[in-house]
Amino acid sequence: MAQAMIDLAHLAKKFGDQTVLKDINLTVNAGEIVGLIGPSGAGKSTVIKVALGMEVANGGSAKVFDTVMPDRKLLGRIGYMAQTDALYDDLSGEENLKFFGVMKGIAKASMAAEIAHAAGVVDLTADLKKRVAGYSGGMKRRLSLAIALLGNPELLILDEPTVGIDPALRRQIWAELGKIRDAGRAILITTHVMDEAELTDRVALLLGGKVMAFDKPAALKQQYGADTIEDVFLKAEGVE
Amino acid sequence: MRTIAIMNRVLKELIRDKRTLALMFVAPILIMLLMSVIFNTNSTTDVNVGTVAVTRKLNQEMGDIKHVDVKTYDTKADAKQALQDEKIDAIIKKTGNNYELTYANTDSSKTAAVKMSFKNAVTATSIDQLKSALKKSTTGMAKLQAQLMVMQKQQAASTTAATGNAAAAKQAAATKAKSTTTATKSTSQKTPKITNHYVYGDKNTGYFAKMLPILMGFFVFFFVFLISGMALLKERTTGTLDRLLATPVKRSSIVFGYMLSYGILAVIQTVLIVLITVWLLGMEVVGNMVSVVVINLILALVALAFGILLSTFANSEFQMMQFIPLVVIPQIFFSGIIPLDSMADWVKGISYIIPLKYSGDAVSDIIMRGTSIFNEGWNILVLLVFLVVLTFLNIIGMKRYRKV
Ligand SMILES: Nc1ncnc2c1ncn2[C@@H]1O[C@H](COP(=O)(O)OP(=O)(O)OP(=O)(O)O)[C@@H](O)[C@H]1O
Ligand SMILES: [Mg+2]
Repeated sequence: MAQAMIDLAHLAKKFGDQTVLKDINLTVNAGEIVGLIGPSGAGKSTVIKVALGMEVANGGSAKVFDTVMPDRKLLGRIGYMAQTDALYDDLSGEENLKFFGVMKGIAKASMAAEIAHAAGVVDLTADLKKRVAGYSGGMKRRLSLAIALLGNPELLILDEPTVGIDPALRRQIWAELGKIRDAGRAILITTHVMDEAELTDRVALLLGGKVMAFDKPAALKQQYGADTIEDVFLKAEGVE
Repeated sequence: MRTIAIMNRVLKELIRDKRTLALMFVAPILIMLLMSVIFNTNSTTDVNVGTVAVTRKLNQEMGDIKHVDVKTYDTKADAKQALQDEKIDAIIKKTGNNYELTYANTDSSKTAAVKMSFKNAVTATSIDQLKSALKKSTTGMAKLQAQLMVMQKQQAASTTAATGNAAAAKQAAATKAKSTTTATKSTSQKTPKITNHYVYGDKNTGYFAKMLPILMGFFVFFFVFLISGMALLKERTTGTLDRLLATPVKRSSIVFGYMLSYGILAVIQTVLIVLITVWLLGMEVVGNMVSVVVINLILALVALAFGILLSTFANSEFQMMQFIPLVVIPQIFFSGIIPLDSMADWVKGISYIIPLKYSGDAVSDIIMRGTSIFNEGWNILVLLVFLVVLTFLNIIGMKRYRKV
């Protein structure tokens, strides 16, 4: 079996009185894309934040690269894209990329090439000199993704990366994610787009603070007797 | 490396935010100029002085001074009533050889004007008195000489020398003593004792010169506190802080990056304010200007650390503004602009935790008394303690957003 990049075992997380995560077991291996789906407020973003060490778990363990999180140095090997576009509006796209590149510890010599590549993937090359304040919603989302891609991280953690991105570009981005997977790197992605969930290697369905189902999309469909992941989702939620 | 990158980024953002920059640099200058205009108008204000039992000569001298009107009163009670009715701004009363001055002091520039004109008038009068005294003693001398001459003649004429001689010597001594008393009298008239009374406040009340050094520190504190607090708040609410902390950057690098950028800004701001106050407002800096900048720089860093710390307790820009009346304004009261001696002990105690007090004390010493920065060790030490503690708290406090 491939090496586990993320290994969450019996993870629990409370915000005050509210128990958001009860018992999360999830692994992401090298060379696979894992999709994390679940209704809004199920705790997908929370899973990611605990995995990154930005929130501390109340129980269980979160390991990344076989190291117990939180661990600051490991963060350099992870490309993280948050659900909100966290960008500096007064800087241009290029300046944003460069700044986060330095923060990630990318060498000066390879910086220009890295920025050019990441911008190419999200089709932002022509707009790099523009200030982010003048970007459209989709452009901001793309820049945010480009920042996560910087430095060829071994692990990508993307929180709804394709919101507000047009179909053609979405396809281009998924092609890039496929390439990353084929290069033996790992991706954990959350999404509300069930078509995208079909494209992943394994899907984790988060519901009621637990991972209700975690398998290949085809296996899940079989298990729930559904034609699409969307039906699986709805059935699991008990809507139908 | 990362610290420098953060510093560059913060500076770049600031430079592109023209309005905020203008606020930091133009607003203090504008306020200073406004104040100088107001204070300059006040310094040519007309004052009315009431005098009681003062020589006609002094009254005349004072009345001759521009912008000064003299009214004479028979008794002190009359003058006091006039002072209370705001008909006059000050009372000058002569008791024996001494003067007793009472100022309404509701307007310190008027008090200053009265002091000045009184001093001038007294000098002028005493010069006159000196002249007449000199004349008197010269005539006295002439008389003495004449007497001596008469005595010598008598001596020569008389053959019974002993008794006559003794009498003459006695007489001469007496005349001499008389002329010396005239002399002493005239010297004592030169320096009459002057006592000052203030109906309101004391001699330190509201001097612009005294305010300036503290005001300077206040501007630095206010703007750095507000702008840095807002900047970090924005990082937090837009999520860039989270994103920053999702990289291997150290928490301390973020804090130090902010310190460097705002430190640079504070230096420029202080230099500008110092130059403006010196050139446009004609403030006299007795001590070293570099020392003034250094102390304001430390103050700015304290303000920065304070702003960053408090921004964690605010959820919006408006909530950040709410700290102004709570944190910034009280600093003015305890900074030394209002004399602390007149405050109750427990109120005075508060001043010990006010950073602006320490910087204000140090900068006042340097600007007005020319104290060396090396003699301001205590004030600087306290400021540095503030800085270290707040910075430490900030680095720890960022653990809220990332656990390592
Ligand atoms: N910092 C926080 N403090 C308190 N409660 C929080 C915090 N972050 C998340 N929560 C709560 O945890 C729950 C899960 O939130 P989370 O953001 O993980 O949901 P999600 O699955 O990502 O939803 P969405 O699909 O809408 O992004 C929500 O009920 C939310 O209110
Ligand atoms: Mg979410």
